[in-house]
Amino acid sequence: METPEALRDRLLARFPGASIELVPNGSPSAQVSFRIGPAALREVACFLRDDAELALDQCSNVTGLDVPDREVVETVKESQPGAPGGPPVVTERKQTRLQPGHLEVVYHLYSVARRQGPVILRARTGNRTDAVTLPSLTPVWRSCEFQEREVFDLFGVVFEGHPDLRRILMWDAFVGHPMRKDYVEPDDYEWEPTPHGDVLAKARRHYPSAAAPGAVQPSP
Amino acid sequence: MSDAPTAASVPGPISAEERDELRRHGILLTSVQELYNWGRSHSVWPLNFGLACCAIEMIAASMAKFDIARFGSEVFRPSPRQADLIIVSGTVTKKMAPHVVRLWNQMPEPKYCIAMGACAISGGPFKQGYNVLKGIDRYIPVDIYIPGCPPRPEALLHGLVELQEKIRQQPLRGPDAPRHLRSDLPCDATVPELGATDIEPPFSPDVWKPPTLVRPDKA
Repeated sequence: METPEALRDRLLARFPGASIELVPNGSPSAQVSFRIGPAALREVACFLRDDAELALDQCSNVTGLDVPDREVVETVKESQPGAPGGPPVVTERKQTRLQPGHLEVVYHLYSVARRQGPVILRARTGNRTDAVTLPSLTPVWRSCEFQEREVFDLFGVVFEGHPDLRRILMWDAFVGHPMRKDYVEPDDYEWEPTPHGDVLAKARRHYPSAAAPGAVQPSP
Repeated sequence: MSDAPTAASVPGPISAEERDELRRHGILLTSVQELYNWGRSHSVWPLNFGLACCAIEMIAASMAKFDIARFGSEVFRPSPRQADLIIVSGTVTKKMAPHVVRLWNQMPEPKYCIAMGACAISGGPFKQGYNVLKGIDRYIPVDIYIPGCPPRPEALLHGLVELQEKIRQQPLRGPDAPRHLRSDLPCDATVPELGATDIEPPFSPDVWKPPTLVRPDKA
């Protein structure tokens, strides 16, 4: 298969207006992915499936990411002209900037016919609240149907053009998207003998005297 | 019967040793209760119903190597109307819980319940999560708990033998009689509703009470 850079250049030549960028991967696998703008996602997907050289006929995995809003502290260097003839005075100033969050959907594509892959596509939503719509790739690969429903259920990404967008793991009356970072689960903690991690924090909240393990025991 | 009249003229019930002695001589003495319970305990038909990995062990227990047929329970019924025993084999998610309780309600008395594995007993490793029921005994009266993750088929067979023993010990009259011979006990379990974040009610007070905290220093 061609290199990711060559594929990106080919995609850019084929879709001149589209936003297509290569996302590097610093891990040993070095599995790079393509971040595609939502406007061109469906056309790019059709091209990748129908292209004779790639023939990516199988979408094996659809998954989601939640990137919450976060404050980024940046150090800004400002140089002002100092004394005449001397070096400029450089002052460092820290400023915080609110980086807006987004939801991301990741598609892993393989070619069964050409025995190659994966080609990984990513698409980002505008934000995490009201602009959460992305084009569905179920019309391109039928195997996306249940997995896009799962991403809708757990992350709240709305797939436009999906034939049957309902919750798939949680029940229909359920409120919220449990895989989001800011999901607050119902507080129904129950005593357990060896809490640790997050469960220990919950245990301390419910049984303040349980700081020492074994201090409290529920009766049977 | 066990509660036969014991007047002075009537000799008392014979002891187990005397009965075994008679049995050695070819005389079988029994009671209606013993015969009835013996028959019931050896034809416990389980519901053909699995939830998670414990179900794989349950299937293994029904196959030739472990052979649950040796204990009279090989007839896994696909309909709850024909089943005597529900083996809750695996994780009960909150979405699945109403259906499990409804299956239980559809089974005719006498019926028994085995909670197989850590998840069915308490939620297991998923206990503190948002989507798993913390034990099926919140809605269904459980007769036998089989710990394990998952329990081996031998453990399930042991649980079944314990259940048979429990059935054989049930008196047919009095306050300890089984549910199907009494009219004062409710047979239906509360079927929970799927709410916005949790199932409601979170437990049925008829069969389960939340554990109460006991402070050793203030006991």
